[in-house]
Amino acid sequence: MKTYNQINEKISSGKAVVLTASEMKEYIEAHGVRKAAKDVDVVTTATFGPMCSSGCFLNFGHSKPKMRITACRLDGVPAYSGIAAVDCYLGATQLRDRDPANSNFPGKFDFGGGYVMEKLVRGEEIELTAYSYGTQDYPLRDLKTKFTIHDLNQAIMVNPRNCYQNYNVATNCSDKRLYTYMGQLEPKMGNLTYCSAGELSPLLNDPLYETIGVGSVVWLAGARGHVFSEGTQHCPTCERTDNDVPAEGAGTLALTADMKKMRPEFVRGCSFVGYGVSLALGIGIPIPVLNERIAKHLGVRDKDIRAQVIDYSTDYPLRTGNVLGTVTYEQLKSEVIEFKGKKITVSSMSSRYKALEICQLLKDDILKGNFLLSQPLSPLPKEQGMKQLTIRK
Amino acid sequence: MIVTHKYFLKFPKCETETPIVYHLVKDYDLEVNIFRAKVTSEGEGYLVLDLKGKETKIAEALKYVASFGVSIDTIDKGVIRDDSLCTHCGNCLSHCKPKALHLADPVTRQIAFDENLCIACGRCIDNCPMKACSSLLE
Ligand code: SF4
Ligand code: SF4
Repeated sequence: MKTYNQINEKISSGKAVVLTASEMKEYIEAHGVRKAAKDVDVVTTATFGPMCSSGCFLNFGHSKPKMRITACRLDGVPAYSGIAAVDCYLGATQLRDRDPANSNFPGKFDFGGGYVMEKLVRGEEIELTAYSYGTQDYPLRDLKTKFTIHDLNQAIMVNPRNCYQNYNVATNCSDKRLYTYMGQLEPKMGNLTYCSAGELSPLLNDPLYETIGVGSVVWLAGARGHVFSEGTQHCPTCERTDNDVPAEGAGTLALTADMKKMRPEFVRGCSFVGYGVSLALGIGIPIPVLNERIAKHLGVRDKDIRAQVIDYSTDYPLRTGNVLGTVTYEQLKSEVIEFKGKKITVSSMSSRYKALEICQLLKDDILKGNFLLSQPLSPLPKEQGMKQLTIRK
Repeated sequence: MIVTHKYFLKFPKCETETPIVYHLVKDYDLEVNIFRAKVTSEGEGYLVLDLKGKETKIAEALKYVASFGVSIDTIDKGVIRDDSLCTHCGNCLSHCKPKALHLADPVTRQIAFDENLCIACGRCIDNCPMKACSSLLE
């Protein structure tokens, strides 16, 4: 048994043993769970992929004369201004006002909120246009200017749902191509697409939320941030296989961090033809190896994690609840998978390459002694289902 | 010996009158398979094509083409993958049939691009969420 304080003291004095998630799995396989729990202090987990429920609060500071901004556009992308005078919230999937979207199907979606967020973190110049109805204390009605992230008082990323614990696998049983947020799905189960970091993923390494809770420290695109709440649609009550691994979506996290400290290669605007724009984000979470149970969970392998295959031509959009079958991440990572008697090629939306890089970067930060862990202020809910929207007449 | 090679031709603005492709077929006895063609708003033209024929004839034909000030590249610049934009997500894997975009290493899952295998079908351009794949002809 170790405590957060003991681990943090070791980190500060440069004595902590820190392994990446893949190193820990090898360590457990070589030396067993008991020894791993004793020897290792911290394990770094990570994920990199599109996360639509992301956005940021910006504060522009006051113009002269002052303005109570009613509506604003950042490089043409509307940001929500129904809060105080010069605050706004920019969402990752927001399009420009006159974006043709899917009017000429499939739409291209070449710009939107996620791209503006990437430009911000790159320190690039962004055009701000704003309108106000005007008040006696805030007389200015129109404004057009340019700014970079350095001109802002705050740029705080606040994401209601990141780090889905597990995710479904998409395929298409119809006879025409589908354009989805899981990429393009070819007819007659022409391909499968998945979106999870699998065995590297934070919540798959802490399946019962024993160390990741509200207040836990996270590495959000290079900045030190926090879990500020359970994520939206957090649904821990679900089918679980051996070692407590969820077989479906399950838990999620709401995360926040200072965008001024982020690294642009981990905050990337992205686009799906026929669907829309989003933001691809890199997230790392350190897991303290407090006891043997936590160590055992960290041994999870791609072959132990199952995901549900869903037909995006009918079952997904119509919410039938039907599942075609399940596959493991080990199967998904072999280039061709055998499913329902068919050989199918697999695509991924989540980058293992980037996740490995983040595990290493976070490990380096901890070894340097400048990334201490924090004990959660309160745990995430462990029992909770998910409600659906009933359309009432 | 009959061979097939892929070329990327860039035409300067002036040369639009001579039917070059016609001469390649007629005068040099070549089979021409055009993958992509485009004239930019500046009046420059691009052509990605396969030339099939006698090796000696292809060499002569290229000399003829070059005499118009056309720049010839054997590397297929029809489609390029910008490494600085690629996140190695692997979304292109099921869309690139000839496996020009492929898994370089199953452990790191780095995605490599082999331009020699690329047939410039353009599926990756449409599919890459990071816009890492592009074509000079788009
Ligand atoms: S889809 Fe694009 S970003 Fe993803 S691996 Fe292929 S080229 Fe790279
Ligand atoms: S253009 Fe076609 S063949 Fe070439 S890399 Fe892209 S998908 Fe593969």
